[in-house]
Amino acid sequence: MDNPSTYNYKVVRQFAVMTVVWGIVGMLVGVIIAAQLVWPELNLAEWLGYGRLRPLHTNAVIFAFGGCALFATSYYVVQRTCHTALFSPGLAAFTFWGWQLVIVLAAVTLPLGITTSKEYAELEWPIDILITLVWVAYAVVFFGTIMKRKVPHIYVANWFYGGFILTVALLHLVNSCAIPVTLTKSYSCYAGVQDAMVQWWYGHNAVGFFLTAGFLGMMYYFVPKQAGRPVYSYRLSVVHFWALIFTYMWAGPHHLHYTALPDWTQSVGMIFSLVLLAPSWGGMINGIMTMSGAWHKLRDDPILKFLITSLSFYGMSTFEGPMMSIKTVNALSHYTDWTVGHVHSGALGWVAFISIGSIYYLIPRLFGKEQMYSIKLMTAHFWIATIGVVLYIASMWIAGVMQGLMWRATNPDGTLTYAFVESVKATYPYWAIRFLGGLMFLTGMLLMAWNIWKTVAGAKAYDAPVLAPAGQHA
Amino acid sequence: MEILYLLIPLSVVLVFLIGLVFWWSLRSGQYDDLEGPGYRVLMDDDRPDSSGPPERRAAPENGGERPRN
Repeated sequence: MDNPSTYNYKVVRQFAVMTVVWGIVGMLVGVIIAAQLVWPELNLAEWLGYGRLRPLHTNAVIFAFGGCALFATSYYVVQRTCHTALFSPGLAAFTFWGWQLVIVLAAVTLPLGITTSKEYAELEWPIDILITLVWVAYAVVFFGTIMKRKVPHIYVANWFYGGFILTVALLHLVNSCAIPVTLTKSYSCYAGVQDAMVQWWYGHNAVGFFLTAGFLGMMYYFVPKQAGRPVYSYRLSVVHFWALIFTYMWAGPHHLHYTALPDWTQSVGMIFSLVLLAPSWGGMINGIMTMSGAWHKLRDDPILKFLITSLSFYGMSTFEGPMMSIKTVNALSHYTDWTVGHVHSGALGWVAFISIGSIYYLIPRLFGKEQMYSIKLMTAHFWIATIGVVLYIASMWIAGVMQGLMWRATNPDGTLTYAFVESVKATYPYWAIRFLGGLMFLTGMLLMAWNIWKTVAGAKAYDAPVLAPAGQHA
Repeated sequence: MEILYLLIPLSVVLVFLIGLVFWWSLRSGQYDDLEGPGYRVLMDDDRPDSSGPPERRAAPENGGERPRN
């Protein structure tokens, strides 16, 4: 490999811009399906129905928005911290175009009803094969860059990104095992409760590695950089990484409490979920304490506002998650909107906030600008998004607990107090509030897009020169 | 629950592999210095105005304390 004199910012730029584009698309679909719950008449055609748009929403926000944010930031962080340009620019370009193709194929097939019906893994087998190819290329580019690093130490953020890349590869391969019948139809290798176990082994580890480990890599780079302070305890960050990696794998069965899954497997899942509170909160405290001595910067720096608020949502949802995995709590919360609220506290509050903060950090640097076009617009984005998330999760908490209590209420003679439809009727006001919260979050994303447009318009793409590691030539 | 005969050995193998990587990271001196790496990330100036072409290198405003947007 030749050694170019500038970092490969091109692929970072591409992924960073597409993060915002897919974020808007995915959240718009989310707002549409939230509206469909309030106004069922909005289910206009079969391919615009709630059942088909919901997987499109989850795939778009997790894999298109979150995925592009992870690609962009990991490519940036690995280059900057290893002081070398990306390994194989050709493969890096392939990961960008391949991933965009996966997203477009998902956006076409899911509304058409082509689905494996496995949650968060709905895409049919030809797309799964394409994902595998892209992912292998991603691993080669990422670990290739680590191999040719100019510094002996591998920064902790790269450990988190690396763990995320390898684990997601394994999860995808095991869970997507299927027997194709036609080009657009396949059957899972597993059946019944076996399939459910694999599905949630995959599903929860996707939360743990795609939506947590990868974004923690983002956190451990962008929080210290933006705060201008080293991470509070580097030692704790290393402990955080290994503790999370060693203990995560078996939390999945908590998605299958009180099902045909053997009781002991459910209990194992619950215990591992509870154990996870420790490394999660260790990392959350480590991130927030990085601000110690620099708290005043929060006052007028919207990027730091996004990053630090994301950590508080991370702390909240990693407390809520283990609590909901306790069987007696789960008996109330399972199948209710509480779960939906919990997911969005993590997805909007943690994943989206840390990504938005990181993208705001990256955009000026990728286009040779000193800062974003408007700091005021970023601050407005922060407040609109924060109020949106709070409306969303608070309404879902109330709705969820209410549904759980209504479903379990019995009369003295043992009959159910409420018919299911009565709980649906009682939930309408909360669905309306949730719709409003989601709409606010989407509005924030539109402000972000406008702000980025004004920052980038007229600016030329900028590739920073590869810097020698500090201390090496002092 | 035959699926556990796949998933549990898979996890055990994985933990073993993670253990190997952990052992390598200890032996190769990744954790000999647990203070420096945190600071070294900050010593990498990635602002375009300070490392870019001279025409972009504007004089720092407000007494050198540049807003890190």
